[in-house]
Amino acid sequence: MKVVIFGCGRTGSSLGLQLASRGHYVTIIEQNPSALRRLGKDHGCHIIIGSGLDEDILNKAGIEEADAFFAVTRGDNTNLMAAQIVKLDHNVPRVCVKVADPLRAEAYRNLGFFCITPSALTAGYMRDWFTEQPLEAISEYNVLPKELEI
Amino acid sequence: MYSILVGGGNVGLALAKRLLGNNYEILLLEKDPVQAERLAALIGESNVAVGDGCEMLVQKEIGFGRADVVIAVTGEDEDNLVVCQMAKVVWNVDRVLARVNDPAHESIFTRIGIDDTVSATGIIYSLLEQQIMSDTVLPVGALGRGNIEVMEIKLSNRSPAVNKRVRELRLPLQTNIVWVIRGDQGISVDGDTELLAGDMVVALVPRDGAEELRDALVPQKP
Repeated sequence: MKVVIFGCGRTGSSLGLQLASRGHYVTIIEQNPSALRRLGKDHGCHIIIGSGLDEDILNKAGIEEADAFFAVTRGDNTNLMAAQIVKLDHNVPRVCVKVADPLRAEAYRNLGFFCITPSALTAGYMRDWFTEQPLEAISEYNVLPKELEI
Repeated sequence: MYSILVGGGNVGLALAKRLLGNNYEILLLEKDPVQAERLAALIGESNVAVGDGCEMLVQKEIGFGRADVVIAVTGEDEDNLVVCQMAKVVWNVDRVLARVNDPAHESIFTRIGIDDTVSATGIIYSLLEQQIMSDTVLPVGALGRGNIEVMEIKLSNRSPAVNKRVRELRLPLQTNIVWVIRGDQGISVDGDTELLAGDMVVALVPRDGAEELRDALVPQKP
């Protein structure tokens, strides 16, 4: 399958390497060329230098044929905007967004976006490890903890 | 009417001053504490708050829920987009307005329901375009197997036809001004119609009359 990953930080580089080694056609969009060192050599990913908010860059990355798009830069708003561009303007069937702020993630989940909140996953796993609960499905962790509701 | 402005740069500050000058209740939100302090000294402490306008806790604290208008004027389109979108879907704010820095982004704002956007680049471009396009005779169509042309001319304030009645113009033979577009109104034309600067004049001209039409409507080059 063809996937486009926006952001080559820790998450994006790891995701790109894992999917490429499983035979997927991976294109990574990254603004900062020095971030690409995280991929090492022989990473098997296609690289486009630029911003995933830029129409020309998305087209260069083959967004029209992509089966999935991952927005994993460190900017929540950048990720949310890119996700909406590819979903609404390019009809990418599967869109996954990294959103660090759990409240913002919840708001966009309600709009139908699949948002992953790393801190909520980590805290949930750590809680269950500490209290010696059996680990649960990701959907049990990737939600707004009720203690944070406003 | 309570307006929240997100982004205390030059645009946010200028806008805040204008609104305060007209006695509107406003709050200018700025992420950077140092800049916020500067703003407070200029427009009053009670009109400025420190915080990230994309954070829901901040939005709650400063009263997105009772805002009549939320205006996002940071330099980052993604921040303006998220602020306005959350104002609409989380807080049901009636009117949201976003500054769009890159005109290529305007369509995504519209697609997600942020109808009011302001793009400085877009405004400057359209003003520039109007300047360039004024006093230019543009063929917009042909009739009678190409023997009659439909021409369009936007009159600048230097046009010799401005403030004259149509019958006073020296138009080529068999030429008719058929329509004037003034603002967004179309006006049907007779000999008594007075032409104004900014009018878009639509004329039917025989094929060899375009030059003469230009002389009648377009200022001579100095």
